[in-house]
Amino acid sequence: MLNYTFNWSIITSGQYFDWLVTGLLTTLKLSAVSIVLAFVLGLLIAVMRMAHNRPVRWFAHAYLEFFRNTPLLVQIFFWYFGSYKILPTFINDWLNETGFEFAAAAIALTIYTSAFIAEDIRSGVLSIPKEQMEAARSAGFSYLRSMQYIILPQAIRITIPPLVNQFLNVAKNSSLAMTIGVMEMTYQARQVESYTFRGFEAFTAATVVYLALSIVITALVNIYNEKVLMAHKAA
Amino acid sequence: MITFKGVHKWFKKLHVLNDINLHITPGEVLVVCGPSGSGKSTLIRTINQLEPINDGSLIVDGMDLSDKKTDINKLRAEVGFVFQQFNLYPHLSVIGNITLAPIKIRNIPKKEAEEQAMALLTRVGLAEKRDAYPLQLSGGQQQRVAIARALAMKPRIMLFDEPTSALDPEMIGEVLAVMKDLALSGMTMLVVTHEMGFAREVAHRVVFMDNGVILEEAPPEDFFMRPQHERAKQFLRQLLTPMQCECP
Repeated sequence: MLNYTFNWSIITSGQYFDWLVTGLLTTLKLSAVSIVLAFVLGLLIAVMRMAHNRPVRWFAHAYLEFFRNTPLLVQIFFWYFGSYKILPTFINDWLNETGFEFAAAAIALTIYTSAFIAEDIRSGVLSIPKEQMEAARSAGFSYLRSMQYIILPQAIRITIPPLVNQFLNVAKNSSLAMTIGVMEMTYQARQVESYTFRGFEAFTAATVVYLALSIVITALVNIYNEKVLMAHKAA
Repeated sequence: MITFKGVHKWFKKLHVLNDINLHITPGEVLVVCGPSGSGKSTLIRTINQLEPINDGSLIVDGMDLSDKKTDINKLRAEVGFVFQQFNLYPHLSVIGNITLAPIKIRNIPKKEAEEQAMALLTRVGLAEKRDAYPLQLSGGQQQRVAIARALAMKPRIMLFDEPTSALDPEMIGEVLAVMKDLALSGMTMLVVTHEMGFAREVAHRVVFMDNGVILEEAPPEDFFMRPQHERAKQFLRQLLTPMQCECP
């Protein structure tokens, strides 16, 4: 016999609603910052991974293996509890004032995700026929310029589906930031539950928010892909 | 304009270019032919260093390719290259393909680069395709765009690596017509091709290669009427009358 009475009004208005909205905004901010930075960093690491210079290539390889193969939660704890100790005092003071939680979470998410994105982009680059590089080089482009104007724009189009996965992972993984006190969606849902014992309602709200966020990210990337990137495929 | 002196090249143990000595003067049109695997493609690919040479000296437009200080990107900008498979950039429109290098390498303003590109497109008969993408064009059209793309850098030398070998027979003519027009304008050209009609009509000199060695080097009329080498005679027989091969 179900003797639980649902009370959705608790989370659709008033103080707890405000908490959830702040949580949502923080999750959006954390995800957006991490996605953009992880993409840029991933691109850089991917190019380094394919560089002719051996030390550069090895550095990128080590970076990839290191950050792909350690748990995100450990990395978040490392940046939050560990990196703190080795920074100069004046940076520490500034961080204490501004709140280091958000920055630590963003750094961990960015670096962790960039490793996966770099591998996705690299496999995209490897799938571009080598004649494209030859055509670019024979026109007088340097290796890096060839990458920039000819190879990467094509590789990224191919990489879109795995990239969407990485972007979705960032949005979902951002929930781990609650463990260091970032007041994002999951943190706020937990708060609401603690104050009201309305765990079902609170986490239903969180679930809906993450689901909606994922669908929006997927739709945005797909629209961009079809309207802009795949224009050359149209008959 | 281009001088090979004792040039050698190996792929691992395979001796693909064996003591190449060749001098090409400005405005000359040279056709390189020979059986597949003879080293003819490798020969023209050394000129813009898509394939570096292992021994000997190669001077292109005053730049010494065996000198490490030679700016290879600068050299390549002066030498146009047309590939068998066209290799247009599929993500860019026709006009984007043609203007990319002039804008990014020569720093020509976009508007000016597009005007020059349109002039070139008109010259190859594809002005109405400016906004099309490569995948929407036929092979012959793609190759003509590729020629326009190479010409947009105002090269001093044009290299063609079997430019019609990947085309349907009915599209070969349109590409050869563009190349002939270019030859008549005084461009220095090296063309690897099996189109003997083109060689006969347009080339100043024909080079025949086999096994990495230049076996014959003669004006087209001599090469076609009086080939010296047995290997060249055999090659010409098969090329001109493929149905009558000497089958056992």
